[in-house]
Amino acid sequence: MNQAAPAPKENMGNPVPRIDARLKVTGQAGYSADLPTANMAYGALATSSIAKGSITAVRLEKARKVPGVLDIVSVGDMDGIDKPKFGNTGASSIAPLHDKAIFHDGQIIALVVAETFEAAEEAAALIRADYAEETPSAGFDSRGTEMEPAAGKSPLFKEDVKAGDFDAAYAAAAVKIDEKYSTPTQHHNPIELFSTTAVWQGDQLTVYEPSQNVTGWKAELARQLKIDPANVRIVSPYVGGAFGSKGPMTARTAIVAVAARSVGRPVRCVVSRIQAYGTQTYRAETRHRIRIGANQDGRITAFAHEGWEVTSRPDPYVVGGTSATGRMYDYGSVLTHVSLVHADRNTPGYMRSPPETPYVYALENAMDEMAVALGMDPVEFRRVNEPQKEPIGGKPFSSRSLVKCYDQAAEAFGWSKREAAVGSMRDGDWLVGMGCATAIYPTAAAPCAARVRLTTDGEVRVQCGSHEIGTGVRTVAAQMAAERLGIEMDKVSVEMGDSALPPAPVSGGSISTASVCSAVLKACDAVRAKLFAAAVAEAGPLAGSGNAKLEMSQEKIVADNGKSAKLSDVFKTMQIGAIEEYAEFAPKGSSPEALKKLYAGQSEFHGGDQDKDSVKYAFGAEFVEVRINSHTREIRVPRIVGAFAAGRIMNTRTARSQLMGGMIWGIGQALHEATEIDKRHARYVNRDLQDYLVPVNADVKQLEVILVPEIDHEVNPAGVKGLGELGNVGTAAAVASAVYHATGKRIRDLPIRIDHLIV
Amino acid sequence: MRPFVYERPASVSAAAAIASRFAAEGVPPTEAAAQFIAGGTNLADYMRLGVAQPARLVDLNGLGDRALRQIEVGDDSIRFGALVRMGEAADTGEIKRRCPMLAESLKFAASGQIRNMASLAGNVLQRTRCEYFRETSWPCNKREPGSGCAAMEGFNRQHAVLGTSNACIATYHGDFAQALIALGATVEVEARRGMRKIAFSRLHRLPRDTPNVETELAPDEVITAIEVPLGAWSRRSRYVKIRDRESYAFALASAAVALDMDGDTVSQARIALGGVATVPWRARAAEEALSGKALDDEAAEAAAEAAFAEAKPREHNAFKIPLGKRTLVRALLETRDMKV
Repeated sequence: MNQAAPAPKENMGNPVPRIDARLKVTGQAGYSADLPTANMAYGALATSSIAKGSITAVRLEKARKVPGVLDIVSVGDMDGIDKPKFGNTGASSIAPLHDKAIFHDGQIIALVVAETFEAAEEAAALIRADYAEETPSAGFDSRGTEMEPAAGKSPLFKEDVKAGDFDAAYAAAAVKIDEKYSTPTQHHNPIELFSTTAVWQGDQLTVYEPSQNVTGWKAELARQLKIDPANVRIVSPYVGGAFGSKGPMTARTAIVAVAARSVGRPVRCVVSRIQAYGTQTYRAETRHRIRIGANQDGRITAFAHEGWEVTSRPDPYVVGGTSATGRMYDYGSVLTHVSLVHADRNTPGYMRSPPETPYVYALENAMDEMAVALGMDPVEFRRVNEPQKEPIGGKPFSSRSLVKCYDQAAEAFGWSKREAAVGSMRDGDWLVGMGCATAIYPTAAAPCAARVRLTTDGEVRVQCGSHEIGTGVRTVAAQMAAERLGIEMDKVSVEMGDSALPPAPVSGGSISTASVCSAVLKACDAVRAKLFAAAVAEAGPLAGSGNAKLEMSQEKIVADNGKSAKLSDVFKTMQIGAIEEYAEFAPKGSSPEALKKLYAGQSEFHGGDQDKDSVKYAFGAEFVEVRINSHTREIRVPRIVGAFAAGRIMNTRTARSQLMGGMIWGIGQALHEATEIDKRHARYVNRDLQDYLVPVNADVKQLEVILVPEIDHEVNPAGVKGLGELGNVGTAAAVASAVYHATGKRIRDLPIRIDHLIV
Repeated sequence: MRPFVYERPASVSAAAAIASRFAAEGVPPTEAAAQFIAGGTNLADYMRLGVAQPARLVDLNGLGDRALRQIEVGDDSIRFGALVRMGEAADTGEIKRRCPMLAESLKFAASGQIRNMASLAGNVLQRTRCEYFRETSWPCNKREPGSGCAAMEGFNRQHAVLGTSNACIATYHGDFAQALIALGATVEVEARRGMRKIAFSRLHRLPRDTPNVETELAPDEVITAIEVPLGAWSRRSRYVKIRDRESYAFALASAAVALDMDGDTVSQARIALGGVATVPWRARAAEEALSGKALDDEAAEAAAEAAFAEAKPREHNAFKIPLGKRTLVRALLETRDMKV
């Protein structure tokens, strides 16, 4: 096992421990549902047991009789409140308690508020509804679904990318495959449960809720409640796992706020794990058809990727990963098409690398099949098809270190020891297989603001309304300030997770490090500029060094002419105790309204495939060894190696941790994870961590993360490519390829289980 | 969770007396107004889910009798006090050596935390994890007799293929019980009317038309001990558990095998199968198929065929039949090859 704190290589920051590590492991970090507020009442949800139809009556009598019940908010009690909207900040347009219509299993039908959590739960369990029930459509293959082209249905998926004449190229190809793949429904299951705590003080509302988008939620909640956003504050100091699930605000937040106003007390509603399956978002199941044509020498001439995604009846949630798969290799010609299938399900939402996880899984499993069809080594096959420019728009990559990643990962893994023939490797009763796959994730950034204060004592405070969702963004923001201002880390404090702070974009799309660090960098540079000007001024301690290059180090301003001045002396000449600078960062290509939108809670992303000059992606290569018992066919992953290049690495410890977590999740996606659906009733069946399996420690034996040095000045001022969502892309395909190598069975439907291999 | 009365009696007789007061004719222990709790790893979960709704909990952790917490390893038997925790039994060196199957069946179950809480008697009485049983809005003959079975045509990947009925296909998920039934264990129970011994093979009832009646126990009977006979076969014994992940998962299929060998020939095999049946499952047909035979691949496969001859698959669990067979074959061959 490699080290938790890898030594930094070129263009990498130190493996500084998380500044909140001790707080977290000692229980001192206050999460949203921990934050004490006096006079608390407790909420519990009642949810629908059908997936389609309408409520004819909600029976509350028994629940009202439970001692301690204060109020029940149910259908019709949201009059005067605007309905939720589907979009970047809203999870769904489905409006429980506004409407009698039932759109999915587990839809909220009431919120009980009581003196204790136990009373609220007991009462909620006694609520029954009468329904006019209709036969629901569960998803693919169910009757009654509606299918439509996805392009243009969402601002995040404008078009089906294409290039050249696929049909002609595919028809002429010497070697070709045409295969179908699928990925299952998955739920995030963050260990910190979902919760909302609403506290009114007069007309001021404070909501404590784990969130990846406090500024967006402030705007959306104010809109629904029809109050001034200035009167709304969202607080989310720490988040115990989010993975996208805490990005869009769900209908519950406004419901709890309404209940708190109604009972005239703060209300806290912690959602059970079971109820989260229907009241939050999830990764919907996908299907894929991939066609690849190539010459005998392995050069791809034709690539087609068709995708189908399940969504809810009313909302066109689409991930559309073809924009990444269509740019992955030097294809010659590209044809893509994405379709949405509307079913009677809750609206899906972002889940760690939403487009890439399913779409790259399909592509990379197909790439391995193609390598087999060509009789080529899978790594060599990718090398042969490495592009100079992306094939859709002909733009260059701002940087692309995929081949280096393959070289370093293959070396560390010992790929050269792999015997190519299927089923040729064995260790006693265990069949051994090895596979690999590419990871890709678009590099984006969004407008972000930050405030930095430096005092004469060398204390630094960074404030930014971003979110510590476990990634270590507080730590890297502190590192950026410490480095820029020449202050030790232990003198830097970082405040995040509060809509009262300078606004930051949604913590999604792996943009936080780039966006936050770029804003912090800008604020620090403004502090520096003031200090430098004062230092070299006539009365300053470095008077006469106006032409020298100045740096900050060890609480000093250091000139390259050998002179230096203490920070405190510079402050003295300025006759002030602190400098505080507020900075706004907007990525290159931002619209004139981009910053205005930031304050309104809307995040304008730039980068990825959207920029005019180049496309921007981070890449990686993952290698997996599987062992499959020759009798009983259980599949184990004894080794996994990933090499990743993602521009400047701010902190090798937190970067490795993100990538390691992603790869472990990738093992889970390959072998364990799936939300099962009762197809007759369109209801989720395995709604807890007993039946929804994720890898445990025993499933992860040897895991190695290699950070490959890469310099990219084009992506953003911080030179950072996000990597939070890179690690779990491709892993499942590497596992599928290894399973094929061990057994000769190509499994195209995830998760790969004994069921597939035993018969 | 509904409010309930909590009592913590100091003696088995007092516990039995409380349960007896709230027992009603024809009501099985799992539906009784007063129910026993020890580790609580199963019952507390089901109370929170609304599946179990006892009005009164009788906590057995205050019982004074030291024998309830002791493991006695004798020359020809092991006696487990009912309140011994799974973890304690799994970690007892003497058990690992004298009867590996017992220790393995405990070690491969649940998680370290759960094993430290769960009592052995509670463990053998654990109720099914059928998803439709766990969620009260589904029809379920086990939870609400006569309401129907949602699993039969629903998602039934983890469900049973052996011992099923038209009313219920819920799997018995326990591991330890497979070792106990294979080894011919006995449970001792106590009520106000006295003590009795029940052969472990008779403790659990097949679902038939009354899947809600899961055991032979009366609501006021407290299990006090589990006794396992040891013999030549116990050292040559194994528990092989196959699951979706390496740890902390229920068996998709498991096999408890103990072999009494005479050279290469099987004098007697003791075999139980987990993860595939509605109750702890002794595979007598497989045992008979092996009796007096040399244990080679062919004999093992014939035994596995016999074990699953009556298996009935549903839509998602058909894989359990080939998996169950191969698990048994693997367990037989590995047990044969043990160096004892």
